[in-house]
Amino acid sequence: MLKDEDRIFTNLYGLHDWGLEGARKRGAWDGTAAILAKGRDWIIDEMKKSGLRGRGGAGFPTGLKWSFMPKEVGARPHYLVVNADESEPGTCKDRDILRHDPHTLIEGCLIASFAMQAHAAYIYVRGEFYDEAMRLKAAVKQAYDAGLLGDNACGSGWKMDVYVHRGAGAYICGEETALLESLEGKKGMPRLKPPFPAGAGLYGCPSTVNNVESIAVAPTILRRGAAWFAGIGRPNNTGTKVFCISGHVNKPCNVEEEMGIPLRELIEKHAGGVRGGWDNLLAVIPGGASVPLLPKSICDEVLMDFDSLRNVQSGLGTAAVIVMDKSTDVIKAIARLSYFYKHESCGQCTPCREGTGWMWRVMERMVKGEARIEEIDVLHDVTKQVEGHTICALGDAAAWPIQGLIRHFRPLMEQRINERQSRRIAAE
Amino acid sequence: MAMITADPKDVPQVASFEWTAENLAIAKGFVAQYPAGRQASAVIACLDLAQRQSGGWLPRVAMDHVAKFLDMAPIRVYEIATFYTMFSLKPRGKYLLQVCTTTPCWLRGSDAVMKACREVTGVGPGEVSADGLFSTMEVECLGACVNAPMIQINDTFYEDLDETSTKKVLEALKRGETPKPGPQVDRQTSAPVGGPTTLSTIRSE
Repeated sequence: MLKDEDRIFTNLYGLHDWGLEGARKRGAWDGTAAILAKGRDWIIDEMKKSGLRGRGGAGFPTGLKWSFMPKEVGARPHYLVVNADESEPGTCKDRDILRHDPHTLIEGCLIASFAMQAHAAYIYVRGEFYDEAMRLKAAVKQAYDAGLLGDNACGSGWKMDVYVHRGAGAYICGEETALLESLEGKKGMPRLKPPFPAGAGLYGCPSTVNNVESIAVAPTILRRGAAWFAGIGRPNNTGTKVFCISGHVNKPCNVEEEMGIPLRELIEKHAGGVRGGWDNLLAVIPGGASVPLLPKSICDEVLMDFDSLRNVQSGLGTAAVIVMDKSTDVIKAIARLSYFYKHESCGQCTPCREGTGWMWRVMERMVKGEARIEEIDVLHDVTKQVEGHTICALGDAAAWPIQGLIRHFRPLMEQRINERQSRRIAAE
Repeated sequence: MAMITADPKDVPQVASFEWTAENLAIAKGFVAQYPAGRQASAVIACLDLAQRQSGGWLPRVAMDHVAKFLDMAPIRVYEIATFYTMFSLKPRGKYLLQVCTTTPCWLRGSDAVMKACREVTGVGPGEVSADGLFSTMEVECLGACVNAPMIQINDTFYEDLDETSTKKVLEALKRGETPKPGPQVDRQTSAPVGGPTTLSTIRSE
């Protein structure tokens, strides 16, 4: 188990002072100017060496992403945009950072912005997180008042402004280019890539969009060294990670743990175990609603990191672990996710706009068994037609949970169809 | 994708909308967050402010005022108001109950929470209660999944609910009280019930 001294979010549960004074006592804002003095090449190199992979779901190496920004600032200013539009079902980790450890994020904004030569950072907080956004604003004000932000941030000579921008309810704005559109005052509809944000992002200027957790861990990584972070977890899957464990466990919770912790250990050590014991487990969605579920047989052994979960045809995503025990109607659980994607599709691309509604309607029939066996194949075929044929990954995200269900629970789907059929025949 | 018309017919007549002096200053503060000429970036913040000033919904005149204030075409503002789920073009109850029913909440009993809301308010999703106190909405994941099931009432999260505690919260609102926000069971925010399994060595000093 990860030791407390290696945990980055020491106020994850809000037991201590969230404010500047408390954050400083826990190590935040310590020697920030000295980190900046080492220069942006050192910072980016150190981030690369730490092996940190983006914590928002895709797992793209953070240091590499930072290095994509233009080396020289031209006519257009650079921007850092922080994605705090946390809305992937199962995920509630960034909320705890915003409300309980906001200074880790604000300090991270300064360091990341400096490394990418940005003088302004926008933090896009989902609209429903009202109290969290107010807390973050209060923390930003503390940082300005203490001279940590502003014209001469931390006495480094770097001018830095951090702004809190609230959304208004749209899952799609968690997609980075939709977020940029929304930030510009438009509907949150994803942009075609290329151009990538590092070339033309916010207001057409070079921009980098990072998840809250990715930015908030940066100051500690740079203070303690890339080697420290890289020494936690497994190669290519390094560091610590905030996991969210929800669903049928005895004690749902958020917890910061080592990457690569066995799923079973994570659930049993921190979440009080599966309701009714491990053998009562049916399936787990290991990384938020978008990733395919895993049946118990895989959960017994699987490790919680990017590569391990990819090897079992799922993904770490946002590390939101949704646990389902044997009382669950797993077809209904996935059908509810299909409704979610239908509701949240922005409507821009036809395969997603039409496909999410179609898949949801068929899934509702599958819940009742009102279908023919062959329709399972048709459903699978349609998920394949949506996947990869849309501008953003929402289409993929709508397809994968259904693919996972068919992959692991096809016999159950067939059984339900057959049972319904025999009931109908008996009634006739 | 929300299917909402920008111009619903069955809403009260509202003749005009102007920022209050206080809100005008706040709205100018929003615009100041963005580079010159990029004032459209403040549209969500301004619509939210206008919705609060109008008592929880956006009359057409309020959207038009925001459009003028930000020098945007009115249609661009209507687009925003109908795209994002937090804006309402119809009046709502004093307390907006947003009941999350997405899978993590559903697994832990959001059906019972919805039932409790229906029983106490007498109305289902999309309706306003007879006393004007409550309107209910079935919403998608609100991002408090380890404290499921939950509802958001106006700006505040109420978490770790069941049928009984949901009723308790709503009855308290009916009596004009402010129930304690956050988890409705004995628990520190997102930590496991019974106390954290980690961070025991972290001291405040």
